[in-house]
Amino acid sequence: MGFLGQFFSMAIAAILIQNFVLSRFLGLCPYLGVSKKLDSAFGMGMAVIFVMTMASAFCYIIYQYLLVPFKLEYLQTLAFILTIAALVQFVEMVIQKNSPSLYKSLGVYLPLITTNCAVLGVAILNITPLGDGSRYNFIWSVLNGFLSGVGFTFVLLAMAGIRERLELVDMPKSMRGMPSGLILAGIMALAFYGFMGMKI
Amino acid sequence: MSFVKELTKGIIKENPIFVIVLGMCPTLATSTSVNNAIGMGMAATFVLVCSNIFISLIKNITPDKIRIPVYVVVIASFVSIVDMSMAAYVPALHKSLGLFIPLIVVNCIILGRAEAFANKNNVLNSIADGVGMGLGFTLALTVVATIREILGNGTWLNIKVMPNTYDPMLITLLAPGAFITLGFLMALMNMLKEKK
Repeated sequence: MGFLGQFFSMAIAAILIQNFVLSRFLGLCPYLGVSKKLDSAFGMGMAVIFVMTMASAFCYIIYQYLLVPFKLEYLQTLAFILTIAALVQFVEMVIQKNSPSLYKSLGVYLPLITTNCAVLGVAILNITPLGDGSRYNFIWSVLNGFLSGVGFTFVLLAMAGIRERLELVDMPKSMRGMPSGLILAGIMALAFYGFMGMKI
Repeated sequence: MSFVKELTKGIIKENPIFVIVLGMCPTLATSTSVNNAIGMGMAATFVLVCSNIFISLIKNITPDKIRIPVYVVVIASFVSIVDMSMAAYVPALHKSLGLFIPLIVVNCIILGRAEAFANKNNVLNSIADGVGMGLGFTLALTVVATIREILGNGTWLNIKVMPNTYDPMLITLLAPGAFITLGFLMALMNMLKEKK
């Protein structure tokens, strides 16, 4: 399989089959918290794609060229979370300085991303051996981060679209907010299970 | 007296999952069986108590501006300890919880309690808060896991509880079942709160 073929199979796996939110349960807090409005969901999604891609790249480099040579693999959790926190802070400063308009739309979401488990999750998954014992190389790690971020944004936007309409629906008071959001997520996950049998 | 109050508030009144709604990812992912739920709850409780003690001890010497990175480092160190000890002593459990052990670092409950409680209170109260919140988390996880395991597998803690004629609803063990179970449990909690 060529590069493009592998890219497509990875894209379909990350976005549809093994979606971060609906089948791996990662990044649920922003998924349930920021999905009330479509435009804030979009802002959050873009910020997550960006940070996940960057975090995959940096964590991979740190793991491969700093932790492995010095046999410090057991420090991975500590190293990764520090990298991500520093990265988020850095990105925030750069955006604030260079593009105030982008900062206005993404700014509030950036600090939240540090504790988004999807970011740490993808960094750890990238260095976890796959089924055949091999690991992703640098390029595939970055692509995996990017595509998983796209998958996250995809379901976040779908959820926000549905929840905006649900606002007007007459439902029992105890079901409003979080409970209906969770049940909705369950039904969406059920729909995504339709892709499960797909093999490329 | 306040010691007992801090200890018990996390269990029901301020239950981290059902009331404060923090730490959803591990709740949904590790509640497939009661065994996993208790393991995850214990691991999180250990980290919560240790980080609460440590953060409460250093609260006077931590500069206010960099307190969040300091908390994250403290929490990540304890998580690494738990991760490695579990890999050594309970490898089967470690394998089935997998990714979610290192992810305790970003569990909002732990950072949330550090920020909201441990950096304002003394060590004793912080221990009580950590134990209470940890037990509340474990309890909520166990409740979700109980429903899912009984419906999805017909067992509870690997002991058969349903009659042989029961056809297990596999869906409750999969991702959609997790969301729906928790959704209905939360609706139930809201209903009980309204009645009061």
